[in-house]
Amino acid sequence: MISVKKKSILGDLKESLIQKAFQTSGLLAILVLLGIFALLLYTSVPAFKEISLKEFLTSTRWDPTSPERPEYGLLSMLASTIMVTVGALLIAFPLGVAVAAYLSDVASPKVREIVKPVVELLAAIPSVVVGFIGLTLVSPLLAKIFKLSHGLTALNGSLMLAIMALPTIISISEDSLNAVPVSYVEASLALGANRWQTLVRVKIPAAISGIIASLMLGMGRAIGETMTVLMATGNARAFPHGLLQSVRTLTANIAIELGEVPYFTTHYYALFGIGLVLFLMTFAINLTADLILEKQKRKLK
Amino acid sequence: MKSSVKKSRRSFRHQLAQLVGFLMLRISVYSVLFMILYFFYDLGSKGLGAISWEFLTQAPRRGMTEGGILPAIVGTFLVTLITALFAVPLGMAAAIYLNEYARAGRLTRLIRLSIRNLAGVPSIVYGLFGVILFVNLLKFGTSILSAGLTLGLLTLPWTITASEEALKSVPDSYREGALALGATKWQMIRTNVLPYSIPGMLTGAVLGLARAAGETAPIMFTGAAFYLPFLPRSLKDQFMALPYHLYIMATQHHAIDKARFLAYGTALVLIVFVVLFNLGAILMRARLRRKWRH
Repeated sequence: MISVKKKSILGDLKESLIQKAFQTSGLLAILVLLGIFALLLYTSVPAFKEISLKEFLTSTRWDPTSPERPEYGLLSMLASTIMVTVGALLIAFPLGVAVAAYLSDVASPKVREIVKPVVELLAAIPSVVVGFIGLTLVSPLLAKIFKLSHGLTALNGSLMLAIMALPTIISISEDSLNAVPVSYVEASLALGANRWQTLVRVKIPAAISGIIASLMLGMGRAIGETMTVLMATGNARAFPHGLLQSVRTLTANIAIELGEVPYFTTHYYALFGIGLVLFLMTFAINLTADLILEKQKRKLK
Repeated sequence: MKSSVKKSRRSFRHQLAQLVGFLMLRISVYSVLFMILYFFYDLGSKGLGAISWEFLTQAPRRGMTEGGILPAIVGTFLVTLITALFAVPLGMAAAIYLNEYARAGRLTRLIRLSIRNLAGVPSIVYGLFGVILFVNLLKFGTSILSAGLTLGLLTLPWTITASEEALKSVPDSYREGALALGATKWQMIRTNVLPYSIPGMLTGAVLGLARAAGETAPIMFTGAAFYLPFLPRSLKDQFMALPYHLYIMATQHHAIDKARFLAYGTALVLIVFVVLFNLGAILMRARLRRKWRH
């Protein structure tokens, strides 16, 4: 009798220790997210001993290695990032939603079983390979079409980023379309609407918040993408004036300069400042998308 | 009479709209499919010429204009191994907590929110974080260890999500059966949940690792080297990696045109690795699904 009780006390202890261990690994996710933010902040603060925050955020000139006066303004790169991202979404969003609608409403199960793995395969292509394709296949094509000396432009970057954003947009949009209750569709068809009308006037409006969330997640993906734009856009430092110009995005700038900069200099800290800006931008976008998706889930339940 | 003509005309218009609409959707899908297949064809046709036994088993020679990519293959393999050892057990443990222990509440919601947000953090930001934490603060230097751990953090949200899916697919009756027989929670998880979910967890882990192996930005500054004449000897060594090697060969090489066919070869090897990993995982998943049906 006593031994049984002893065993169960020991057992209880063991059980609660095991639970604690699992819980700790769960809490790690929060810790990592906070850690990324805290360390980026901590490492970028020293940069602002020499740079004014106003210059950093509003100047268009970034020239940290200038022998006379180093300049640290990220506005040109921010504008480039936004331009390339908007271009990518203008291509990827309509295309992605069309593919999602096709998969959810038109394709036979057999076709779906072929198309879906191919889209998954697209998501699996490493970004450096997409960049390589942009460099070797697409940019010469663009140079020929627009009669440029080289095709390493914002447009090239947008096209390649569209490819990176497509799988996200397709899969989230398709999930939202599939989450629309069958009763909506049945009601629409019973009222005499055909399948196209049902798709456009009933299903897409019902799934619209998820579709918008897919747009935002695609945007987050495009803003944070490094290798693709680094290899495809030519990386010129000037303020961007058009899609047919060479541009340098925030991510590409970090990738280019972090390898050459001496550790623990103002320039080094400023690059982490750019990282912090990127983190905050993508965080805000992803959080918004997340809230939209949660709301939709509750609504459709 | 008149109204019926009007009606049929309208329904014709609606029919036409449907026809045109569906056609547009179809064109979108076909153009996406065509694009993907063309990319593979382009890389395949141009890369195949570079692939040889020598290419796969030798180090680069003559300023990387000849020779092979063995150090890059070995480096990618080693760094992915570290990533796996770090991220897979942790991801599984976190998923077990979320699916088996956690009660619905603010803390659980916060953990899930963090996981989803971690999945959206740009890979270069993970790279910066790796530079501060692993290279500098923990003094691992630029090494296989630093790069592997950085990639491990990057894959963590994917492995957690995939592991949770696998745990969710185990029917609750399995759990209830064990508890009814007087098993403790951990005994129940060990005997009645894990054996059925581990294959699914591993499938998800393989997919995550395939993505990690193709990442460049997180390893650029945490350990990947431009060129190393020897294979790494310890975890504190720098390494060559396939994706970084492709970037170097494509953009940073002193004789880019001369090295272009080697770049195509590297891209093809990288793609083949990733596709094989994915196919393996997809087949594994299909087999598991069939097993569940019986």
